[in-house]
Amino acid sequence: MPLDSSIKSVLVIGSGPIVIGQACEFDYSGTQACRVLRSEGIRVILVNSNPATIMTDPEFADATYIEPITPEFIEKIIANEKPDAVLATLGGQTALNAAIGLFKRGTLAKYGVKLIGADVDAIERGENRELFRGIVEKVGGESARSAICHTMEEILEAVKVLHYPVVVRPSFTMGGLGSGIAFTEEELHQIAGAGLRHSPTSEVLLEESIIGWKEYELEVMRDRLDNVVIVCSIENLDPMGVHTGDSITVAPAMTLTDVEFQKLRNLSMDIIREVGVDTGGCNIQFAVNPDTGRIIVIEMNPRVSRSSALASKATGFPIAKIATKLAIGYTLDEIQNDITKVTPASFEPTLDYVVVKVPRFAFEKFPDADPRLTTTMKSVGEAMAIGRSFPEALMKALRSLERKEAIFTWPEQVSVQERDALLTASKIPTEYRLQQVQKALWFGASIDAVYEATKIDKWYLNQIVLINERAKIIAQPGELTPELIKIAKEFSFSDAQIALLRGATEEDVRKARHHFGIRPVYKTVDTCAAEFEAFTPYHYSSYEEESEVRPRAKPAVIILGSGPNRIGQGIEFDYSCVHASFALRDADYDTIIINCNPETVSTDYDTSSRLYFEPLTLEDVLEVVHAETLAGPVLGVITQLGGQTPLGLAAGLKNAGVTILGTSPDAINLAEERGAFGDVLKEQGLTAPEYGMAASQLEAISIATRIGYPVLVRPSFVLGGRGMEIVYDDESLAGFISRATDITPDRPVLVDRFLDSAIEIDVDALYDGEELFLGGVMEHIEEAGIHSGDSACVLPSMTMSKEQLVEIRRATLKIATGVGVRGLINIQFAVAQDVLYVLEANPRASRTVPFVSKATGVPLAKAAARISVGSTIAQLRTEGVLPSEGDGIAHGVSVKEAVLPWNRFRRSDGRGVDAVLGPEMRSTGEVMGIANTFGESYAKSQISAFGPLPKNGKVFVSLADKDKNSGIAPARELAALGFTILATVGTSQFLAGHGISSTHVRKNSQGSGPLGEPTIVEILNSGDISLVINTPVGRGTRQDGWAIRTAAIQRSVPCITTTAGFAAAVQGIRALQRENLSVKPIQSWLQS
Amino acid sequence: MTKAFFVLDDGRIFEGRSWAATGKTFGEAVFQTGMTGYQETLTDPSYHKQVVVMTAPHIGNTGVNSDDNESSKMWVAGFVVRNPSSLTSNWRSENDLEAEMISQGIIGIAGVDTRAITRHLRDRGAMRVGIFSGLDLSREEMVVEVRKVPAMTGAYLCEDVSTDKPYVVKSVGEKKFKVVAIDLGIKAATPRALAQRGVEVHVVPYNSTIETIKALSPDGVFLSNGPGDPSTMQDVVETVREILNAEIPIFGICFGHQILGRALGFETYKLQFGHRGINQPVMDKNTKRVEITAHNHGFALKAPTDSIFTTVYGPGEVTHVCLNDGVVEGLQLLERSAFSVQYHPEAAAGPHDASYLFDRFVDLMSKYRNLDPSGVRV
Repeated sequence: MPLDSSIKSVLVIGSGPIVIGQACEFDYSGTQACRVLRSEGIRVILVNSNPATIMTDPEFADATYIEPITPEFIEKIIANEKPDAVLATLGGQTALNAAIGLFKRGTLAKYGVKLIGADVDAIERGENRELFRGIVEKVGGESARSAICHTMEEILEAVKVLHYPVVVRPSFTMGGLGSGIAFTEEELHQIAGAGLRHSPTSEVLLEESIIGWKEYELEVMRDRLDNVVIVCSIENLDPMGVHTGDSITVAPAMTLTDVEFQKLRNLSMDIIREVGVDTGGCNIQFAVNPDTGRIIVIEMNPRVSRSSALASKATGFPIAKIATKLAIGYTLDEIQNDITKVTPASFEPTLDYVVVKVPRFAFEKFPDADPRLTTTMKSVGEAMAIGRSFPEALMKALRSLERKEAIFTWPEQVSVQERDALLTASKIPTEYRLQQVQKALWFGASIDAVYEATKIDKWYLNQIVLINERAKIIAQPGELTPELIKIAKEFSFSDAQIALLRGATEEDVRKARHHFGIRPVYKTVDTCAAEFEAFTPYHYSSYEEESEVRPRAKPAVIILGSGPNRIGQGIEFDYSCVHASFALRDADYDTIIINCNPETVSTDYDTSSRLYFEPLTLEDVLEVVHAETLAGPVLGVITQLGGQTPLGLAAGLKNAGVTILGTSPDAINLAEERGAFGDVLKEQGLTAPEYGMAASQLEAISIATRIGYPVLVRPSFVLGGRGMEIVYDDESLAGFISRATDITPDRPVLVDRFLDSAIEIDVDALYDGEELFLGGVMEHIEEAGIHSGDSACVLPSMTMSKEQLVEIRRATLKIATGVGVRGLINIQFAVAQDVLYVLEANPRASRTVPFVSKATGVPLAKAAARISVGSTIAQLRTEGVLPSEGDGIAHGVSVKEAVLPWNRFRRSDGRGVDAVLGPEMRSTGEVMGIANTFGESYAKSQISAFGPLPKNGKVFVSLADKDKNSGIAPARELAALGFTILATVGTSQFLAGHGISSTHVRKNSQGSGPLGEPTIVEILNSGDISLVINTPVGRGTRQDGWAIRTAAIQRSVPCITTTAGFAAAVQGIRALQRENLSVKPIQSWLQS
Repeated sequence: MTKAFFVLDDGRIFEGRSWAATGKTFGEAVFQTGMTGYQETLTDPSYHKQVVVMTAPHIGNTGVNSDDNESSKMWVAGFVVRNPSSLTSNWRSENDLEAEMISQGIIGIAGVDTRAITRHLRDRGAMRVGIFSGLDLSREEMVVEVRKVPAMTGAYLCEDVSTDKPYVVKSVGEKKFKVVAIDLGIKAATPRALAQRGVEVHVVPYNSTIETIKALSPDGVFLSNGPGDPSTMQDVVETVREILNAEIPIFGICFGHQILGRALGFETYKLQFGHRGINQPVMDKNTKRVEITAHNHGFALKAPTDSIFTTVYGPGEVTHVCLNDGVVEGLQLLERSAFSVQYHPEAAAGPHDASYLFDRFVDLMSKYRNLDPSGVRV
């Protein structure tokens, strides 16, 4: 059945900002959807608030709305565009919820728009737990015994039947938000109470515990003729109890017989039919009792999911692309398999390799957070690896995480007590449980003992024992023979691991290995275990006999991706890599991408000429370079687009004789090394805040005394503001150093003068050695001191004078010249008392490149890629890649706002972690608002990031002393806008002193008053406050502020922690009161 | 760790480790792409005289159990895997795979580049092979030995795998029909699938005569799967023609499908490397539905796929084709009760998408006996 000709235009709903549980996998799926629809000649209308996505590039849709993904805004878009259909199954839970919202408000009916992919009934049947249970029962499956509850009373009643521990799952949330396992009544109160609040329908499910069972997931697709295929089976190494997103997962399933697998397959098919997903994909999760084989159906997602992206990358079967084709009328047999070209999509991929996915966490950013892994997802990214055996894939996956703690080591033997301590620790799943398991086994714990502690299937434990056994062989004294290297490489021991085991250096091992001619071969992901010829060069390494890399003729550029998403290095960098690949392919180069992040567009086999799914370590990259150099001409490697990961490899690659395209490693070092960069600034006559480098605590204090408090302290060489802090006196400086750093002369601490109340400026620019192209000058909303990644910013800048902008441009040019940039550079400036300070320069693609590109319509990353292969800015202007003259100009006012994951983390006592911005970056994603005025644009950004700002009601204001003056103006205006201000005693008196009236409320620490007057926290919990302004006092968990902020976060009340943010919010509120916010596609903005 | 060699008749040799039984063994080299179901593969009589290369890299993880055997023993001539499991993990497991293979004398080889082998067989076609382990032979000597092995084309193998004596598989619950299954290498899953539908299955030797069959007064005759070249099966083809003349309903699968095809006058031919896996898309041409099916065949039937054909038993049509390569996967007579598929509706291993074909057989038998499908005499 071919294309449904009644569909001429489709509105695709994206997934919004990157948050835990919903990351760039939906950019991957949405981008595929847009491509498919356009290739069918369908007009594509897209809504997504996330500017860092590829899908929101103007060329991917006919009308791209960077607007909030709410039913209200989408209705406006539908009214403008009158699409024939809405496709919401590729934008995660956000899109699905928006679609349900559109249905409920009657928008779909009003405009005669049909929902394709999955209809409302199917979505309801898949997501509503009661309906879904009914379906499972109907098809002869089993669900865990459970009860649906809407109040705490019902919850307590239900647990009497189900017994502890019980699993709590709120309905209609994503990534398991708000769910958890309660072992006691106290825990049940905490978890279920939060669950009731998080669920949009105030509904939670209590369930019998199946902790420790085997967990599986099947990816299923169905077309309108009822053809069903299972694309992939995924087995969780971590048994039930850990969210799938936080589990180490393996594809295909390793520990099921055919009989058992077919039971899961049959159930999956029956369920997708009964739920009625008839033109798309879904995933279904199962638990299997390891002792009896009893199967329990856990849940299904009637949409493309994170696992779908993983399954697509794991099998080569592009689920999102095919789901889109099914949604517009095709059947599976009508769709060709891209990889084989001869076989149809109506088949089931078969793998002749093993795929392992490992999660990447960010607990170091949230030191107060409970480190236990539960059914609430906490990881911020993931790495995937492919190998011809489980050990090979696992070892690769672990080094792909770029964390030294993740890589297996084999230390000296320890005491039985220490071994048993490891065993005990491994009972509780945490970030490094697998490493605990590996060490316990290495120290002689039995497989049975580890199984008892962890319930990790013994097959996996045995595989780890096999790895340990090889480590023992490798470590034996004697010559490093070819046989020994092969034994190590068969299990993917890295050169560095072999070196560590043998007391040699990585270079020596590599030299010996190359001397013996032992190098990896590259196999192909082909969906069919080599049954048919593959035409898509999607490769992974293995130490085996036969390589499948084909010869090439065109010059090739190797682009290094950015590895697993983490806070500080996410989708924005993938965006730049993908753009580079597109631009260079257009310019007739072959592009080769190396990356290990399955969520990304860069690891789509369509993005580059060749894709290597490999860890981003020096060894792994050098081997790909070698293999490709044998295959054809290689121009060099681009390291400046994927963030710190590839940048960190640049010097090593260069030393190994590899050509680095663009900015040279020496220039990178010049910008990164404080002393050298200071010299550049001095030479160019530019000012930086005073600073010093301290090798001891005493030295740090003397530097601070010299340059004056407050100072910004941080360990040297960090990313994303790791471990950074602003301190105001000797005491807190000493405290920071003893707490947060292991200071040594090798690992010094940087002490910078902190510019209080300075305006921070972010610049992205291109330089080709001759000419500078200034992409954009962004002004941060929050003052300097808040990490730029967590700060909102506006483009064009709102307060800079013409002269200041000229000065910024001049300084940018000086730095680009002084450093020797060829490509992109990002510079952070601060303006304090009319002096322009240079804070830092990064000669690479920055986090803001996609935002600037969206706001100005200039593809900066594409231009950077071209410059790195020798094109000049003048040339790019002629070609139309860059504007014919001048710098980048913002169209309208664009605001970027950061999105923070506070609601994901709880402390061990079950209470929330503190929601305060600081020099350490904690945001996971960003949104963009675009409008004619700052107020409107800011309001949109807030709606997209946190939910709407209130138009009226009560606002609680509590200002730290240092912020009181700057809080006067916004507070006064807020009162004028008709809000009631509530304040605690200090702020209340201060406001009164400036003629602003407020209602005095009690602090949390004061407790309720004699007449039962509630504290602010109690008022917040009663739902009576619509906005919280609370600026923190210095550092530390000052109990009152913390209690207020966490209460606000848990109740989803907007909480602003800076006065700059306060002022911006007031402008936003004014805009909201004044007018109805309008929508406009980015294509129209760029023409204006 | 003893070295072992996988030696192809075109001279290509892969070196690996000895695994399971040692010694030497010969057969036709074929690859199998299923990710589950190694035990079913090992015990499937259709793999008689074949050395099976598993493309799934980890084999043996779940051990072996007595429920999942497809026959009384392992039939493969040799077994080629990349990573055999040294530990078994499954609640139903009764023995380790390697121990079981050793006790049955099945020679294996491990640690070879199975993907390279598969690509080689895909490009050059299935060919003769030998596995040598623990032997002191030169490469030339091994290749010479391999080249002495008879080829699969022209191989007559069903006498090796067929039952000597008839036996009966009782119906599950009330007996509604009686089927005679001609054992050309039958798998346990087929009588099981029929029995679940109230069919009593009389499994008879491959050389049973039409008189023997008729004497059992069956409601239908089932032609099983099996090894070898269908063009060598003239006697059974003749028997099938007799059954057609007697108008007893026929259902054939795999080898049985090829034999029914030959009985209708079609030729069979050898495929380049065959279909062996559990992910093969087959379209039912009448419903346009696609089913994912289990395959194990090196030969196929030549029949017109685009129109109705005529036979001495009346008109017929090709009902199923493989979407990967257009191979004929099923046919039926339009005026007689006979149909067949090239693949395995009984699965084991593999998806259960095609189990409806057993229902179709039951429907034909009901019509033949003038019964309604519930088994009540009208």
